Amino acid sequence: MDLHPAFTIRPPKGWQPVDLAELWKYRELAWQLSLRDIRVRYKQTALGFAWVVIQPIFPMVAFTIFFGRLAGLEGRVPAGTPYSVFVLCGLIPWQLFATAINQSGSSVVNNRALITKIYFPRLIIPIVPILSGLADFTVGLTLLSVVMACFGVTPGTPVVFLPLFIVLALSAALAVGVWIAALNALYRDVQYTLALLTQIWLLVTPIAYPSSLVPERWRAIYSLNPMVGVVDGFRWSLLNGDPPRPLELAVSVVSVVITLIAGLYFFRRMEVTFADRV
Amino acid sequence: MSGLAIRVAGVGKSYRLGAGPSSLYIQDHLLSIATAPWRAARRLSRREATPPRERFWALQDISFDVQVGEVVGIIGRNGAGKSTLLKILSRVTSPETGEIDLYGRVGSLLEVGSGFHPELTGRENVYLNGAILGMTRIEVRQKFDDIISFAEVNQFIDTPVKFYSSGMYMRLAFAIAAHLEPEILIVDEVLAVGDAQFQKKCLGKMGEVAKGGRTVIFVSHNLGAVAELCQSAVVLQSGRMVFHGAVREGIDHYLAASRASTSSVRILECNPAKPIQVLKIEVANTEDVACSNFDLAEAVVLLITYRVNQPGSGYDVVVTLSRNGTHLFTTLDTDHRHELTGVRRVGEYATRFTVLPNVLKAGLYSVTIGTGITNKSLIEIHDDIVRFQVEELGEDTQFKGYADWRAGHIIAPVKWEFGEQRIPQRD
Repeated sequence: MDLHPAFTIRPPKGWQPVDLAELWKYRELAWQLSLRDIRVRYKQTALGFAWVVIQPIFPMVAFTIFFGRLAGLEGRVPAGTPYSVFVLCGLIPWQLFATAINQSGSSVVNNRALITKIYFPRLIIPIVPILSGLADFTVGLTLLSVVMACFGVTPGTPVVFLPLFIVLALSAALAVGVWIAALNALYRDVQYTLALLTQIWLLVTPIAYPSSLVPERWRAIYSLNPMVGVVDGFRWSLLNGDPPRPLELAVSVVSVVITLIAGLYFFRRMEVTFADRV
Repeated sequence: MSGLAIRVAGVGKSYRLGAGPSSLYIQDHLLSIATAPWRAARRLSRREATPPRERFWALQDISFDVQVGEVVGIIGRNGAGKSTLLKILSRVTSPETGEIDLYGRVGSLLEVGSGFHPELTGRENVYLNGAILGMTRIEVRQKFDDIISFAEVNQFIDTPVKFYSSGMYMRLAFAIAAHLEPEILIVDEVLAVGDAQFQKKCLGKMGEVAKGGRTVIFVSHNLGAVAELCQSAVVLQSGRMVFHGAVREGIDHYLAASRASTSSVRILECNPAKPIQVLKIEVANTEDVACSNFDLAEAVVLLITYRVNQPGSGYDVVVTLSRNGTHLFTTLDTDHRHELTGVRRVGEYATRFTVLPNVLKAGLYSVTIGTGITNKSLIEIHDDIVRFQVEELGEDTQFKGYADWRAGHIIAPVKWEFGEQRIPQRD
């Protein structure tokens, strides 16, 4: 006879840390849900998977014409790097981030059918769009290397640091995603501000312009936007750009870590009410 | 093996009533914060107390134990707290008080086909839904052939499920659920799916699960199925547990409790301005005892008292019966007693009206009553003034044409006749 219960259900108690062991136990579910998202995303679209390539190419062309040529930003990028490659190198991690925050932000509300019927660690819900976004990102990265090859740009040794910046981008997306997902379950207003937020965020990230354009005294505050560290890191490891400055990189990393930890606690605090709210 | 499987101790959960602070839009909250001082001032000037936040206890102080291998039915009226208890047991929502110990792996089926995506093929959905129900990929792979042959969808397994008929869809969804093998199984009314043949198969599978020594918690409106599958029952009433024990007693208790409810009687105010008016209407059984729950095989009696305030002719009393909101019929007290169309004298009258047994299907019925002057005018009408429930208590109607979920509203008074001879084929 078993004297110890396998599990005890208790009323929720305040602020709880993330149960990593349980999250790991449910990895199969996270994987299957990501697979579902990837399979479904481009079904019933005429161009299908081609969208993954079109999505970064179009803004690259538009940015090159308007910001590069007409606004004259072409001359401000490091010598030897074609402006198109410079922009694309920023767009690929940006799109990973933007898609992830948009989808994980609306994930709790979109998955209400599951949340009200089945138990699983709720954190899986905002994590899934970030995992499935990695598939598009892989294609995007391949595209970037093809474009780089066409323009004759070869990365140097800093390329070994690229995975670190990918992790930083994913962590930033998760940090923002869990906040928005939990807030969106409480207030639907959040959903409407998301598009606006993404637009503004795009401008405060050095995609069309190099971060060196930002006045020196603002650089540290500017780096509170974690995507500054990510994009600068991508350009350093792939395009032989200037190495990110330690202080600014540290600011980006610390801002991600704090937002992420606070976001996870907030999400855990709110998740017990999801089934009754959404 | 014996021992404790589930221990529920003092579980309760409440919800806040009213639209107030539960709004989904920030502006409402900002507005309510901004106007708070003003509202407080107004209350102070009028010496009103702060209105207490009303709380509705969906569940209160629920405690019971379930032994390993026991099959427990949870029964209760709509709103009694069945689904809240089920959601707490399956961890979808959390309790506010108390705790629940679970001795074993729990699988819960609050619906079948959770997470099914119409664009995905049957095969893809099996793996996805399996993962949602807590199966590993290896487990799903091992049971895959059993699942698709149980669902009878073998040749369509690589077709997107949006092309499935609803029957195929439900069969596949249930087949996955049926192959879940937890130590403790929590099931909502998912048995009411598919065609009769498939239902029979599901009931068989459920029976197998129960006999296989697994602990099952089963919630259903179908008391016939509960009686057949469960050994014990938990009866909930307005969020409280009113009975826990043997299933037969549990069902009796449930019925007794609902029979005692007085919603089946209405007394109306006397108004001498109306030439003829209804004073009292009561739903009762054949012994004229007030009752609000009937079996299919019981007659439903309406006891009506009315008063004629002014002498006159052509008066009638009109009754309309509705099932789940659909009008079934209208009948007048003068329909079969022509002499009533003559002059009625001032005074109180009692009339008795009977719906014969085996006419009303399971469902919620409401009675509209009125008075009038035949083909001339309506004097009064009281919509849905009393209600009663007809339930499938005595028999399991799963395979009957008059099961409550099938099309139609009555048990048709028809006759099927069978000859020994087969009709010869024409050449």
